[in-house]
Amino acid sequence: MFRPRTRRLAAAAGTAVLGLSLAACAGAGAVGGGDGEQIVVAIVSNPQMQDAISLQDEFRKEHPGIDVRFVSLPENEARAKITASVATGGGEFDVVMISNYETPMWAENGWIENLQPYADATEGYDPDDFVPSVREALSVDGDLYSVPFYGESSFLAYRKDLFQQAGLTMPDRPTWDDVRELAAELHDPSQDFAGICLRGLAGWGEVMAPMTTVMNTYGGQWFDEGGNARLDSPEVREAVETYVDTVQQYGQPGAATSGFGDCLTRFAQGQAAMWYDATSMVSSIEDPASSTVAGKTGYVPAPVSETDAAGWLYSWSLAIPSTSEHKDAAWDFVSWMTDKDYITLVGSTLSWERVPPGSRLSTYEIPQYAEVSEAYADATLTAMSEATQEKTMVAPVPYPGIQFVGIPEFQDLGTRVGQQMSAAIAGQKSVADALEQSQQYAETVAETYRKENER
Amino acid sequence: MTATETAPRTPVAPSAAARRSGRSSVTGGLLTTLTWILALGFFFPVLWMAMTAFKQENQASSDPPTWFFTPTLDQFQAVVGASGTYVANSAIATGVSTVLVLLLGIPAAYALSIRPVEKVSDVLFFFISTKMLPVVAVIVPIYVIAGQLKVLDNIWTLVVLYTAMNLPIAVWMMRSFFQEIPAEVLEAAAVDGAGLMKTLRSVLIPMVAPGIAATALICVIFAWNEFFFALNLTASRAATVPIFIVSTMTSEGLFLARLCAAALLASLPVILAGWIAQKQLVRGLSMGAIK
Repeated sequence: MFRPRTRRLAAAAGTAVLGLSLAACAGAGAVGGGDGEQIVVAIVSNPQMQDAISLQDEFRKEHPGIDVRFVSLPENEARAKITASVATGGGEFDVVMISNYETPMWAENGWIENLQPYADATEGYDPDDFVPSVREALSVDGDLYSVPFYGESSFLAYRKDLFQQAGLTMPDRPTWDDVRELAAELHDPSQDFAGICLRGLAGWGEVMAPMTTVMNTYGGQWFDEGGNARLDSPEVREAVETYVDTVQQYGQPGAATSGFGDCLTRFAQGQAAMWYDATSMVSSIEDPASSTVAGKTGYVPAPVSETDAAGWLYSWSLAIPSTSEHKDAAWDFVSWMTDKDYITLVGSTLSWERVPPGSRLSTYEIPQYAEVSEAYADATLTAMSEATQEKTMVAPVPYPGIQFVGIPEFQDLGTRVGQQMSAAIAGQKSVADALEQSQQYAETVAETYRKENER
Repeated sequence: MTATETAPRTPVAPSAAARRSGRSSVTGGLLTTLTWILALGFFFPVLWMAMTAFKQENQASSDPPTWFFTPTLDQFQAVVGASGTYVANSAIATGVSTVLVLLLGIPAAYALSIRPVEKVSDVLFFFISTKMLPVVAVIVPIYVIAGQLKVLDNIWTLVVLYTAMNLPIAVWMMRSFFQEIPAEVLEAAAVDGAGLMKTLRSVLIPMVAPGIAATALICVIFAWNEFFFALNLTASRAATVPIFIVSTMTSEGLFLARLCAAALLASLPVILAGWIAQKQLVRGLSMGAIK
């Protein structure tokens, strides 16, 4: 991208732009603005977050002195923007939506505030009500650094009606061997009907999420406790071969380019018998307006091999950057959006189906919610509570995270490895070659950590 | 396009022309068909976007695609209600930066064509060289500096950046328009005793008006559509229309119809501006090209 020949020009151009942006400081203030203390909230534009934006008047009623402004972007743009802002101390945001991937790292860097004192001091907030696995994933040394807005794990959705027709039964706790057998029975390419949908799209948040849970349950790991890359182990090999072979033989057509969205469309249109993915799928699958399989779908825990559980853990949570100059106002908003009352507010003003799931245990005790979520509430809560490293992995690992490795390099590493896996699924590469290349990438990362430890 | 035009122009002997006219009309017909296919191929995505904007979300993402449906304005309603500040910001960033570019670019182009300064080609190369650096390479320093100066999420930051971004193109374009002007015209003006300002105002500017329109339109298009700076340097207060378009996307749930409605509305001002300026534009855009 940056060839030496252009360096002088680059320098010249850079200086020019720099000069101009310096001149910008003389510019006038921003357009807009309101009365009182203003806080800026950066969130991911998923449906439940949009609901929060639409309910902002309720917050204003309770806190008339605080003017909230929202920035809502799709996941990738939001992540890039929030990371850039928080890491460089840009200070545009008073509240940011991050996940259990960022929280431990950013807490350690001192980029985000310790929210435990705030949570303890807020009457009725009850931080002990958060789903324990989520609370743990968002805490450092027992202190919460971000608070969950919603949480998700992964599980296996299957078509109860088709299973019944075919005289098949889904085990309560399926193994990958069970899943392969069932998929083989129901797979029917001539009808454009897939035995199972599995993500194949390159990306650390796409194919690598389900695939890493398969690696975990087969006893594989990205890095061992000695800090060595272990993508060359026989366990990882077996897991990846199982995944790739399953999706190639019984999966959806064009699997190498299909991610969560594509799988959702297929399963919701009745073009697949099973789908292993995020528990958050239920909000679309069980919505008759967007799905033809609402009420016909059953849910069982993530398929396993050597472990008792295999589901992942992910949570969109709210944090306050250390650079914020309105921390108390920011906490007022954070606590409003993650409080028990917010759940009831969504349920009573919008609908109980739209309640953000997986954040609080008390949500599952609300009768109205239990009624609408009967088909999936238990399966979701079980998956969430079992989503710990102890239950989903064979051996301990030196990093946080289940379906990801909680180090900053993982976004890049996971995406590169994801490209290899995607190529293997497309049949452009053998699993052996893809893993060999992946191991090299992982080893490069492992080396930098070993060097740092030596220093 | 050019092929169809050049074919009949080829000079041939009358008898040969008579013989060849049959063949050339066949080739001409083929080329016309090909042109139509290509044009429709390029236009189809736009048409599909416009159609999708009038669908309901589940029709927009159905497989096989929905061709016939009852149009709805639901998506537009949702989009129009939410896009106010974004449109205002885009209007400021686009309008002010375009005016600034013209104010700075026209004198610069004059100084590089009609009364050339020393080392014209070096200066011109410097201008264009500022476009050679990929924007991603400078975004981090710009972001950090803007952060230090407390001008992040400020619409005037975008105004300055868009001016800087479009200025080199404007200078190059305007220069080629000025060079079209015959020296005799300027001499005549000088003989009549017109000074610099008078020559500029009464002779040069009216003569290159189509060129100015073309340049302004290019600047408007680039500034209106600019995404990368806007994404990185704005948050809630200064976000522009392209940011609004992406914010209609989500990784969970359906969004295609709403996205298309937003994209369609966002492209309207530019299409309208282009349409109004069409006559001037064709002259303006081809004026520089003949040289």
